[in-house]
Amino acid sequence: MKKLLLIIFLFLATVYISLPNEFKGYTKPQYKFKVPDLLFGLDISGGSRLVFEADTTKILEGGKKEALSGLKSVMERRVNLFGVSEPNVQLSNFAGRDRVVVELSGIKEMDKAISVIGTTAQLQFVEIVGEGETAEIKETDLTGADLSNASLVFDQNNGQPAVAIEFTSDGAKKFEDLTGRNVGKALPILLDGVPISSPNVSEKIIGGKAQITGSFTVEEAKNLVTELNAGALPIPVKLVEQEIVGPTLGAESINKSVVAGLVGVGGVFVFMLLMYRGLGLVANFGLLIFALITISLYKVFGIVLTLPGIAGFLLSVGMAVDSNILIFERFREEKGQRNIKDALEISFGKAWDSIRDANIATLVASFILANPLDLNFLNTSGPVRGFAITLALGVLISLFTGIVISRNLLRIFVKEKRV
Amino acid sequence: MKWMKYKWVYFLFSGLFIVVGIYSTVTLGFKIGVDFTGGAVISYQIKDQSKKEQIKTTLLEGKEKPRSVQETNNNLLVAKFAELTTEQRNEINTFLKEKNEGAFEEVKFETVGPSMGRELIIKTVIALVVSSSLILLWIAIQFKSVKFGVSAVLAMLHDTLILLGSASILGRFGMEVDYLFVTAMLTILSFSVHDTIVVYDRIREMGRGGDSESVADTAISGTMRRSINNSLTIIIMLVALVALGGESTKWFATILLIGTISGTYSSPFVAVPILVTWEKLLARHKK
Repeated sequence: MKKLLLIIFLFLATVYISLPNEFKGYTKPQYKFKVPDLLFGLDISGGSRLVFEADTTKILEGGKKEALSGLKSVMERRVNLFGVSEPNVQLSNFAGRDRVVVELSGIKEMDKAISVIGTTAQLQFVEIVGEGETAEIKETDLTGADLSNASLVFDQNNGQPAVAIEFTSDGAKKFEDLTGRNVGKALPILLDGVPISSPNVSEKIIGGKAQITGSFTVEEAKNLVTELNAGALPIPVKLVEQEIVGPTLGAESINKSVVAGLVGVGGVFVFMLLMYRGLGLVANFGLLIFALITISLYKVFGIVLTLPGIAGFLLSVGMAVDSNILIFERFREEKGQRNIKDALEISFGKAWDSIRDANIATLVASFILANPLDLNFLNTSGPVRGFAITLALGVLISLFTGIVISRNLLRIFVKEKRV
Repeated sequence: MKWMKYKWVYFLFSGLFIVVGIYSTVTLGFKIGVDFTGGAVISYQIKDQSKKEQIKTTLLEGKEKPRSVQETNNNLLVAKFAELTTEQRNEINTFLKEKNEGAFEEVKFETVGPSMGRELIIKTVIALVVSSSLILLWIAIQFKSVKFGVSAVLAMLHDTLILLGSASILGRFGMEVDYLFVTAMLTILSFSVHDTIVVYDRIREMGRGGDSESVADTAISGTMRRSINNSLTIIIMLVALVALGGESTKWFATILLIGTISGTYSSPFVAVPILVTWEKLLARHKK
């Protein structure tokens, strides 16, 4: 009886968690904790996935790890400036190529996002040494790293957009020295190696404030401000892969998949009822709890559902049904040989060996594919991983519902009704 | 029933399918998706049916020539290009808009550098080799014999060959080998082993005594109903997905469907016959 109460409690709790927070104007009552919504991958909900390859050829081996994590955090900052919900920025490596994978959902101005996220924005001040023909530019130690803030302004003389910059106290000192050395000369400013402005220094500038004027459009100046504020990328990057899914395609594929899924599950329910009658009913209830627990855990763990992820889920549904079928078929055989209660226990015992061995084999495979240890020679992101994670989770839950829930329900069922 | 009496029939039957599959793979090859070849794909949703042909012509007239323009059955035009930059993609869309304003909407844009595809294949193959070895090891330990492990993995290989052959033949009907195919294949390999272990379990339960052939016969008879019923539930699910699901999952579900049938078949009719033949050869050798 205690166990039955526990099952009923589990059922009600997972029904509550699984229900959407809002559905057709009805809002689910919330208690102290708020249940998060189901998360869908960009192949379902629409969004984009950008893969940048980092050029680490100029970085010394020792400093590479640090430079890459710096790269990731700058990219994260830039992504956040777009106000994207749930952005995902990840490092990945394969065959010596270092990559950053950026996943964004629901951005309208994708092109702008790509250019802002991927621009190196390495700002550098250079001096001109020598005169006339022999003049050469010389790099200085004043760079974008010395900035404390950048903002968009309009030049008071001609109304052109410009970028006002403020240096850190260190940077202000360097800037003071630099301008002091170069009174009456040009002080070019390079962005990613290209000169964007070459103002003439009329006097030594104290206080660490300056303005970059160039032939910017407002848009360009805005982007530059964003990039400078987020910091320069420590390593130049190149876009090697992108995927943009419009929300219409996503919505269509999810609607169809839901309908197909419901019809499929309905078909399985009917089949189980026809094949196994009362036992099938118990199995169907077990399957329902299985699905509810799975959806609840997706929500609680924040697992992002993608199309391959749904495939993993469907496979685990198949395996959950299989556990039941294995037990029922054994039960059919045992029923003739002993009383029903013993037959049930024995068929559970015998079926368990094969359920355990088969499911562990599946878990082993999904463990390798999900690569939880982030081993470099295996997939560290992408579709295969999503598949493996939902499969592994599904197998674990199906072992639980198959053995704990269906078993106890069947015991009660057999006692009451004598199948 | 004396299932094992006909084991050469099963070998011949499987062999026939595998040979056809290999022949098709060698002669037709695969239709490889952008995930692996690299390149760009733009999908357009057609809003004005009457302009579909015109949009198609406009696409072919543009500066960037698509390699192919395909129609799918839910009003999508899928144009494939060699690599495209963001600027080139914008040019294509502007050009299309000039002539067909309001008749279409870009719903998907995808570009993949060729190196990414290679990476996915290499990593997946590594993952397959590692997980097959671990599964082999696990079965060998649980069933206290390497023969069980090797036969199960050979049955898995049988299913892999069947799926590759099917992919090659279905390529004629528009199926592409992409990352979803890879996922489907991984699903079936897990399923195949899962199914094989259930039959093995019966053999183990009956103990080592007696003739291996008759033990196998009883084991197969004992698990046949379960195998068929279990496959039927999965097949019901997949048929629903093939018939009603979206375009993006249609081929995926089809491959899973073929794989489920092959995976179910390969347990009693590939893994077990290999096991029995192996044990018989061994016994003969000992004499």
